[in-house]
Amino acid sequence: MTVTMLTNALLVSTAGATEPPVVEPAAADGALSLLWLVIALPALGAAVLLLAGRRSDSWGHLLGTATVAGSFLVSLVSFIALLGRDEGDRSVGQHLWTWFEVGLDGRVFSADLALLYDPLSALFLLLITGVGALIHVYSIGYMALDPRRRRFFGYLNLFIAAMLVLVLSDGYLGLFLGWEGVGLASYLLIGFFQHKPSAAAAAKKAFVVNRVGDVGMVLALALIIATFGTVSFAGISAASSQVGEGTLTAIGFLLLLAACGKSAQVPLQSWLLDAMEGPTPVSALIHAATMVTAGVYLVVRSNFIFENAEIAQTGVVVVGTVTLLWGAVIGCAKDDIKKVLAGSTMSQIGYMMLAAGLGVAGYAYAIFHLLTHGFFKANMFLGAGSVMHGMNDEVDMRRYGALRAAMPITFATFALGYLAIIGFPGFSGFWSKDRIIETALAENWVVGVAALIGAGVTAFYMTRLMLMTFFGEKRWADEVHPHESPKVMTTPLIVLAALSVVGGVLILGNWLKDWLTPVVGKAEPHDLPVPVIVITIAITLVVAVGVALAWFLVGRREVPRTAPTDVSFVTRAARADLYGDAVNEGLFMRPGQRLTRGLGTFDHSVVDGTVRGTAGTFMASSSLFRRMQNGYVRSYALSLLAGALLVMVALLVVTIA
Amino acid sequence: MNGAWLTVLMAVPLVGAAVLAALPRRVAPVVAKQVALGVSLVTLVLAAVIGFAYDPGAGYQFSVELDWIPAFGAHFALGLDGIGLALVLMTVILTPVVILASWNDGDQGRWSVHSFFAWMLALEGLAIGVFAATDVFLFYVLFEATLIPIYFLIGGFGGPQRAAAAMKFLIYSLVGGLVMLAAVIGLYVVSADSEFGSTYLLAELQQVPIDEGVGRWLFLGFFIAFAIKAPMFPVHTWLPDAAAQGTSGTSVLLVSILDKIGTFGMIRFCLTLFPEASQWATPVIVVLALISIVYGALLAIGQDSIPRLIAYTSISHFGFIVLGIFVMNSYGATGATLYMFNHGLSTAALFLVTGYLIRRRGSASISDFGGVEKVAPVMAGILLFAGLSSLSLPGLSPFVSEFLVLVGAWQYAPWVAIVAVSGIVLAALYILLMYQRTMTGPTRPEVLGMRDLGVREVVALAPVLLLILGLGLYPKPLLSVIDPAVEDTLVYVDGVSPDSPDEAVTGTETDEEGDQ
Repeated sequence: MTVTMLTNALLVSTAGATEPPVVEPAAADGALSLLWLVIALPALGAAVLLLAGRRSDSWGHLLGTATVAGSFLVSLVSFIALLGRDEGDRSVGQHLWTWFEVGLDGRVFSADLALLYDPLSALFLLLITGVGALIHVYSIGYMALDPRRRRFFGYLNLFIAAMLVLVLSDGYLGLFLGWEGVGLASYLLIGFFQHKPSAAAAAKKAFVVNRVGDVGMVLALALIIATFGTVSFAGISAASSQVGEGTLTAIGFLLLLAACGKSAQVPLQSWLLDAMEGPTPVSALIHAATMVTAGVYLVVRSNFIFENAEIAQTGVVVVGTVTLLWGAVIGCAKDDIKKVLAGSTMSQIGYMMLAAGLGVAGYAYAIFHLLTHGFFKANMFLGAGSVMHGMNDEVDMRRYGALRAAMPITFATFALGYLAIIGFPGFSGFWSKDRIIETALAENWVVGVAALIGAGVTAFYMTRLMLMTFFGEKRWADEVHPHESPKVMTTPLIVLAALSVVGGVLILGNWLKDWLTPVVGKAEPHDLPVPVIVITIAITLVVAVGVALAWFLVGRREVPRTAPTDVSFVTRAARADLYGDAVNEGLFMRPGQRLTRGLGTFDHSVVDGTVRGTAGTFMASSSLFRRMQNGYVRSYALSLLAGALLVMVALLVVTIA
Repeated sequence: MNGAWLTVLMAVPLVGAAVLAALPRRVAPVVAKQVALGVSLVTLVLAAVIGFAYDPGAGYQFSVELDWIPAFGAHFALGLDGIGLALVLMTVILTPVVILASWNDGDQGRWSVHSFFAWMLALEGLAIGVFAATDVFLFYVLFEATLIPIYFLIGGFGGPQRAAAAMKFLIYSLVGGLVMLAAVIGLYVVSADSEFGSTYLLAELQQVPIDEGVGRWLFLGFFIAFAIKAPMFPVHTWLPDAAAQGTSGTSVLLVSILDKIGTFGMIRFCLTLFPEASQWATPVIVVLALISIVYGALLAIGQDSIPRLIAYTSISHFGFIVLGIFVMNSYGATGATLYMFNHGLSTAALFLVTGYLIRRRGSASISDFGGVEKVAPVMAGILLFAGLSSLSLPGLSPFVSEFLVLVGAWQYAPWVAIVAVSGIVLAALYILLMYQRTMTGPTRPEVLGMRDLGVREVVALAPVLLLILGLGLYPKPLLSVIDPAVEDTLVYVDGVSPDSPDEAVTGTETDEEGDQ
């Protein structure tokens, strides 16, 4: 009974929502006919860099950066072209080629590789290629001393190309192609320092956990094909209102499973913290700004499924809410600067998922937060990389302290990102997170309060990070000489910091909401229980409490150089990633290992043993047979001949009879 | 004239094998190798010509039909449909690849280098015959004959336990062959009473009405032989031993080409000759296929020997192929046929590149490697690529086939697809665990001096890798050949599941009808 009550309490009301819009792309023309170049440039870059070998070592990083910069230009031109079109005409398709086709005439299932450029994918293009280009530039400096830098850029280019396939595809199969492509790039880049066993293990873990999510994707595709006979967004959105809610709910939950894997949402969250084994620019690009948000993209893109599948939508909300608290709690207990940021990423994507699960009211805010998060989190990850760069790759914040003087630009840009993420009034995160919390409160107060608490926890762990890294006493060893990073690294930081500050302009005059209306539908204005200003003040107060708490617990005390061990149960749990790995190991890994070992024995002694036993019985009972086992090939050949003769004789006998 | 093409295609490698066998032993081994490579390339060109001349959707082509043993209606009858053509193409592509990759692998055999390559060519010729045979008796004879070359290849040129492994392979295959022989004789008996008189021609047998009970017995005779060949759980244990003992080239010929005769036989003979019995047996076969998928994958994860690991992955993959065939819809059967081709490519790449690795280290044990990437990055890259194709990464050719099989399985029954899809997670584990343990981590002292791949080794693999990528993004040329032939085959099976179920809501016309 309590379960029912809980379900009722969580069920999100979408009553009165309009039908989700139908995707109807027009053929690409003019500047937009060059759309394919966005993908082709980085794909070509990856091919050249990975196949040319050492010959391209000296210029590989420049080519890799140039291709992504070129992609950004094409994205920008396309965006301007799209701006110039009428609102109802902002969906453009470009057919590349037919991937595969199966079936008889009239019942052909056709999987096309085709692009869909609309207001949603346009924003992603700018984010991916824009932030991507900045991170490429940064990596020129960050990876300068790595002998395999050219290969690193090859993998980064591969990632960009795959990510663009993901967001530009006009259907689920093409999306899945990009989906797995980014998974591969992520695998290669997490394991980039593959001589380190921990990096290799983390890479494999990321891939395998994502494959669990892929199970959902593949089954969703199978169900979609069985139901709709097509995988294109256009075909599905046109027909989804005629399909039963049960089927759509099943598709919704399967897509949610896929999204959980890619976006590190509970219960498939465990890989993201390990993924920090990758070089820091990778963490910024793939594991903060772009790839991990693909799950949010998937849900928003599938609005025509989720709008008619209320229970699945509730599932999205639950996953988002749990994860936003889960990641935030982990972020509070970590001493590794990258892991704090990773927990934070998980948590922020939880906010986006939550918003996406709220339906038409939340889609635009999910994407808004996705964009601002892309700016400020990439900024802070690169900032963390800059700190590590000056600190001999140290990641333990207990060995930082007072770094603001040694690296002023890194500090200043990081601080702007910090103000953005905690939602300091006026900064980008303030606008995007507030909108999500407001909408959540309006739709369902349980979820809204959880999101509100999450904002306080976020303020706590981010303030803790700032204090431990840039303030207080210096705690680094004498042989460490912190210094500012070169211009090639600080310039991207400055650009991203600026975007973190002003990113909120996207919502001025509800621009972003209106822009996305052709894709996700028009939201009814929601009724808030209290005036907006009250909520804004409440959020700001909660954030202030979080900051103050961090000040009292961390800022005013001396930070010990080794982590204290006499800590509460909660801290221990948070340090252990809330036992996510322990559960996986206990439930899957160890029983799995026992199973494979047991099956190995079974296969040898039972399956093979039965056959050997049967054969042995024959051999023992027949001396003739034993003589045939003499190991001489000629006698085996003889037995084959005898067999053939037997055939002839048998056939003749049958004929005569 | 047209009919001579297939005979010539089959004869060229067989004649080449005979020439190699007849070459005096004093002729330098390198000449034998060059002759073998040359012959296999000529065969490839011939097959390419046939492939271009082939008209998709026009049924059997290049047919030839000569009386062979009139007393019981056996013919020398060859012909290619899309399914056969795909497998013939796979055979002629992989044979030169294997010959070039195995350039030095016959040097320390029990018999001469000449015979090593002669047996390879013989196998190629016989395999072409098997895939093109349109007479059941001819098929049976060639089916059994393929055992001879592979027996000698394993028994003469393999590892320390090659004799035992070869024997095990032979006994399993002969038992399967014997069961099939009984069914072949049974077919003769059945046909003797029909309007055609005694005949072994496939096209005629397909029209012979077969009594339900008899049909089921005959079906079993064929199916058991094919299941041993494919191999399926629980008659699979010969394969890991054979793959572990044979040279990597032999393993390619065995797993990529020869084992396909099993699954090819299922679709060609089981479905079209005994449609009722096929339907009758489907539930059991689907379960066995699912067991093969999961069981093979789990065992692969637990292996320490690389070739045994690949052998178990193949058992898992064969499970997918059999599943696709027996869900009996065009997604499944088209996917399964494409799977046969793609599995041939990806397994060949895996066996050959790990073969290079194993030869350098003198050990096939995963635990003897570590950190090889550092010293041999090209080899590591190719191993990863081959592995990714084996785990069906989208963009590489095996994805399309595996995906189609899963879609077909879902249409048969969703729970079947749900069980089968676990294979994609397990595949990621067995491939990436192997890669992690051999290639990453600190470089072990024993592999420090390891050479990276040489030019010959890369050139041998390059065509396979290019095809895996090319057909991954554009499988249409192959599908357009396979698909019509599969549709023709499915016509035989009663109540073929429709491609799109009736409740499909798009597809314009069906839409309106569905609403009424």
